[in-house]
Amino acid sequence: MATLVFLEHHEGQLQKPALGVLSKAAELGGDVAGVVLGSGVRDLAPAAGAYGAAKVYVADKPELEKPLPQPRVDALAALVREQGIDTVLFAASVLSADLAAGLSARLGAGLNWDLADLVQENGNLIGKRPALGDSVYVDVGWNGEPRLALIRAGTFDPKEAGGKAEVEDFDFEFEDFSLGATMLEQAHAESEGPSIEDADVIVAGGRGLGTPENFKLVEELAQALGGAVAATRAVVDAGWYPYATQVGQTGKTVSPKLYVACGISGAIQHKVGMQSSGVIVAINKDPNAPIFDFCDLGVVGDLHEIVPKLTELVRQRKS
Amino acid sequence: MKIAVCVKHVPEGTTHARINPQTKRLDRSGEGAINPFDTHAVEEALRIKEAQGGEVLVVSMGPQSAQDSVRKALAMGADGALLVTDDAAAGSDLVATAAALAAALEPESTDLILFGQQASDSDGAVLWAAVADRLRRPVISQVAELTVADGKVTGKRQTEFGYDTIEAPLPAVVAVSDAINEPRYPSLKGIMGARSKPQRSVSVSELGIDAGEVGDAGSRTVVQALNDPPPRGDTVKIEDDGSAPEKIIEYLAEKKVL
Repeated sequence: MATLVFLEHHEGQLQKPALGVLSKAAELGGDVAGVVLGSGVRDLAPAAGAYGAAKVYVADKPELEKPLPQPRVDALAALVREQGIDTVLFAASVLSADLAAGLSARLGAGLNWDLADLVQENGNLIGKRPALGDSVYVDVGWNGEPRLALIRAGTFDPKEAGGKAEVEDFDFEFEDFSLGATMLEQAHAESEGPSIEDADVIVAGGRGLGTPENFKLVEELAQALGGAVAATRAVVDAGWYPYATQVGQTGKTVSPKLYVACGISGAIQHKVGMQSSGVIVAINKDPNAPIFDFCDLGVVGDLHEIVPKLTELVRQRKS
Repeated sequence: MKIAVCVKHVPEGTTHARINPQTKRLDRSGEGAINPFDTHAVEEALRIKEAQGGEVLVVSMGPQSAQDSVRKALAMGADGALLVTDDAAAGSDLVATAAALAAALEPESTDLILFGQQASDSDGAVLWAAVADRLRRPVISQVAELTVADGKVTGKRQTEFGYDTIEAPLPAVVAVSDAINEPRYPSLKGIMGARSKPQRSVSVSELGIDAGEVGDAGSRTVVQALNDPPPRGDTVKIEDDGSAPEKIIEYLAEKKVL
């Protein structure tokens, strides 16, 4: 297997979900390389060695400065063809989904998305894809090569193994249409604490909080646990909390080590965004809430009483 | 301004959807409906047309029953429809679907091609980028605010890191998020008028592509097995008697997540 992992970066940092996919690729074996695309990004490449890349390909061009997918399709198509790469893996993101799909069309290569695991079975690469609201796990494979896969963000943890990567520059030509779209503005949302994709701990709030002001309870618990705050679609739609924190079918998919759901009923559209979390704790006053069917610890009770006490206990423990 | 909107016919509601264990394909024999995410793309196309004039063409690929979804878009106000329908195309994956859709869209000389943000049945959120590459057009996805003016399209969108504003020259491909608008309900007049609007059906061979490029033969991914989701383990459920915070702490300590 000759595997290439797309190493997405943001503000001078290789992204954790991509490094997690790289660690997984190293575990699966074969020749593992990473690829860094951008402008002024050569210095980012060597760091990938520690996560299992023997080689990191770099294309450093001004046209690659902004995170737009189509110029990157040109880059990866050239690299895959030249280097005889048979497998290209992406940690799912807004950028990588469009990149992977464009590359799929360009190379006539199969793309499986939303994978929650990758395994080798009898020498074949198999993706595990939760489908239909995660009620069924589909084993997906590929006809021919190269094989392309988008992995759910946060599925694999980056594992530092301490290797060194050889860095190699490569060149390619842009298609005219690939440079058609231009980034006019990038406004970065200021956020305190970790983003929900990167967080090991997430505390999420839903309608059961009662009022937007009660998100303070969720925020305080998240802060005590060193985690991030997430929200359901219902409260985002109601304007209680920003869309960037929305977990679920039309929001983000997360899989932290700990997910604490406060006043969340556990509707299917929320469930698909968080059910691969490590430990799920749910606090809800309705004993029949669907979330009690798929959490690890379910607490039937009044979150307005439980959450502040819990926050206090966590603070005591950590101090 | 000629706008094409790509819509998918999906099984109604995800709760009753099932995968046929024999064919390993989604069972499409039950009631179907237009993919809810695509109605936002139809709505956006209609708003552009109402503001600037032009024509909205609904494009779909699927079984004959997909006519129902096409007709829904016509009832909302689209002007005409094109359905790619062929038994040979059943089971098409991304590569195969993009090949067929691009072949259907190519001769239509559209200024703008719109998609909804994902398919509710397959959770796919990738088709636009593959079609754009086939048609050699710029693409903007996840657009929550769209402006079309002076031969250009400008989209604002939200990403993991903040907000992007991206501009592209027409002709372009745009995927809109469901935050972009509130789709209208078809009026009675719209529903009555839908039947008399021009609707074309084309087979794969009429698109001038080989049957080997679509369906199972043209697909580069394969479904190998269906399994139950991995078990989560048993749920511990407690009623709060005042000691719940302590019990939660104990549980988290035991699971080593504190």
